[in-house]
Amino acid sequence: MRIVSAADLEKVSRSGLRKIRPEKPRIAVGLATCGIAVGGMRVYDRIREIIGEQNPDIELARVGCIGYCREEPLVNITIPGKPLVILHRVTPGDAEKIVRAVEKGEVPVEKALCRIPSWDHITGYTQEYGAGFDGIPRYGDVPFFSHQKKVILRNSGLINPEQIDEYIAIGGYAAALKALSGMAPEAIIGEVEKSGLRGRGGAGFPTGLKWRIARNAEGDRKFVICNADEGDPGAYMNRNEMESDPHMVLEGMLIGAYAIGASEGLIYIRAEYPLAIRRLETAIGQAREYGLLGKDIFGTGFSFDIGIATGAGAFVCGESTALVASIEGRTGRPHPRPPRLTDPGGGLFGCPTDLNNVESWCNIPVIISKGSEWYAGIGAKGNSGTKVFSLVGKVDRVGLVEVPLGTSLNTIVFTIGNGGAGNKKVKAVQTGGPSGGCIPARLFDTPVDYESLNRVGSIMGSGGIVVMDEDTDMVDIARYFINFAASESCGKCVPCREGLKHTLLILNKILAKKATKRDLEILTDLTETIVATSLCGLGQTAPNPVLTTLAYFRDEYDALVNP
Amino acid sequence: MDERTLDAIIARHDAPAGRLLGILGEIQNQEGYVPRETLELLSEKLGVRLSQLYGLATFYSYFTLRPVGDHVITVCMGTACHVKGAVAILEALEGLLGIKSDVTDDGKLSVTTIDRKFTVEIARCFGACSMAPVLRIDGNLYGYATPEDLPVILGEYGWTP
Repeated sequence: MRIVSAADLEKVSRSGLRKIRPEKPRIAVGLATCGIAVGGMRVYDRIREIIGEQNPDIELARVGCIGYCREEPLVNITIPGKPLVILHRVTPGDAEKIVRAVEKGEVPVEKALCRIPSWDHITGYTQEYGAGFDGIPRYGDVPFFSHQKKVILRNSGLINPEQIDEYIAIGGYAAALKALSGMAPEAIIGEVEKSGLRGRGGAGFPTGLKWRIARNAEGDRKFVICNADEGDPGAYMNRNEMESDPHMVLEGMLIGAYAIGASEGLIYIRAEYPLAIRRLETAIGQAREYGLLGKDIFGTGFSFDIGIATGAGAFVCGESTALVASIEGRTGRPHPRPPRLTDPGGGLFGCPTDLNNVESWCNIPVIISKGSEWYAGIGAKGNSGTKVFSLVGKVDRVGLVEVPLGTSLNTIVFTIGNGGAGNKKVKAVQTGGPSGGCIPARLFDTPVDYESLNRVGSIMGSGGIVVMDEDTDMVDIARYFINFAASESCGKCVPCREGLKHTLLILNKILAKKATKRDLEILTDLTETIVATSLCGLGQTAPNPVLTTLAYFRDEYDALVNP
Repeated sequence: MDERTLDAIIARHDAPAGRLLGILGEIQNQEGYVPRETLELLSEKLGVRLSQLYGLATFYSYFTLRPVGDHVITVCMGTACHVKGAVAILEALEGLLGIKSDVTDDGKLSVTTIDRKFTVEIARCFGACSMAPVLRIDGNLYGYATPEDLPVILGEYGWTP
């Protein structure tokens, strides 16, 4: 079937709704990579076995992940007329008990994490599940969730990512229809500009402005690319976005391509994410079947398709010119800009190219659906919208946390994350991956926005927040990141290639207690030189972990060096 | 890798964007490494210089040119894994398997036991940070790993003390 009108979307929506909220009870197991790894698949198989043996009237489904990683495996129960209930830490041994309870229209209360009476999917649809199960805490009362605002993760963990009908049922592709059939490209770009959305890959460049430049660039053939290389160690929000809700990425790209005037799209994704690749491939196939990708989309005459290009583990390919080189089949070495990707001759195969991060694309359907004013109302001035962070390391409640920009580190680490794991004292967080810095606990009133993080020496980056406690050796952390950056340096420019290697040697010397105060001076000089003289972002930011630990944890260095 | 398999891989990647890395990635996934003969054959078939393919296979950390053992153990070295003890996991693996890993300057590590049963590698990050430290054996992820768990996990793959 081809979807060309609102009536067609509505028809598919009804079929999807019957899956999300069937007339019979539905058990849905959270099966993103992390859920599978902690036994979600075994839970799913066991439940299927039991349902199959007894053949009761129960629906079994797979969903993505709602982000509370510590509590996985997670299982959702939907009983008609009742709230959706999330069960946590489910084992195959619980399967029997779950199925028996669901047969009676109940849930195993002792396994329940929370209940969701209704859920706002943001893109035009609020799911009313029902009332009841009053003894189970409400979603909004669970401390991990209560300070979060789900805009990007609006569907994650609640819909089956391999069923386009379920995405359409909660308002999916309605924004694309609205944009393609009712808005001029200029108007769409205007909306994205007014929304204040900034690049979620970490640099924070205004997305609307980038689109405008790409639209105005000379060229008959243009590309849009989704950067899904997610190379920062400690960050995995993009993986979950693609695994749990791949169609929102595709819909965002479709709207962007129309606004820019691009007919070809690519998702550049790391090979280390096989499940995300598979789900994107499935999603692209389903979108093509409905005519949402391909020729003459919605009968508007606009044609656009998306392909997948896999990366192969090179951190430097987060740099735009290196990323393009990689897609073209060359080693990922950056070149000086300009020419930028949007410039004639500078993009993929020489064509003007717009490159946005996965999460930037995820915001687009929301901005079109709810309007720029609504979107700009979230977050802080100049930093609108939400951001998903992976809160990991030595924190009690590990998981994906989506909060409005401008939320303080205190709220993220202590209120949502409940502080250090095992009652240890939190010492610092590291944000922004190898390009970011370590922020000490005494600065945790810092709001998490692009500028405030820069002021304390770190960066937003793609959204990894790695918590360190009293046992973490900060000099070792600095060495860890320098070792990473030195191995990932492409070798093209001397400051990065040689400078990082010597930074590593000095850090090794310090950790071996063979360094003197003079070495600390050289370390400072050297890293400042690398920042000032490197060709691309990798080298310019790689010393940040050293500079911030030197600034905030100088005593740990001093304790290791001889006078 | 036989010629027909390679032809099938090449046919799956007919679009120019992402073509070479896509093909090399599939070879790596199927063989566990990128064999020299396959690179030579690929060079011939695509009319791409062998030096360019070699450049790609050595630049990107996903590829390895050395043959691997029956089971490939990959230890995640991401930040979350690092602060939660990935180094101890790697050291414990070395002890159990009787190998000594040498992380070379390029950060690549791939050591195979003498009986060719196990290969130990490191990865930058699996993106499974919530259950750090993590290791992967033949595609199966093991989260919240401790050195004490390793004998049991390895036992699933035929390891005996």
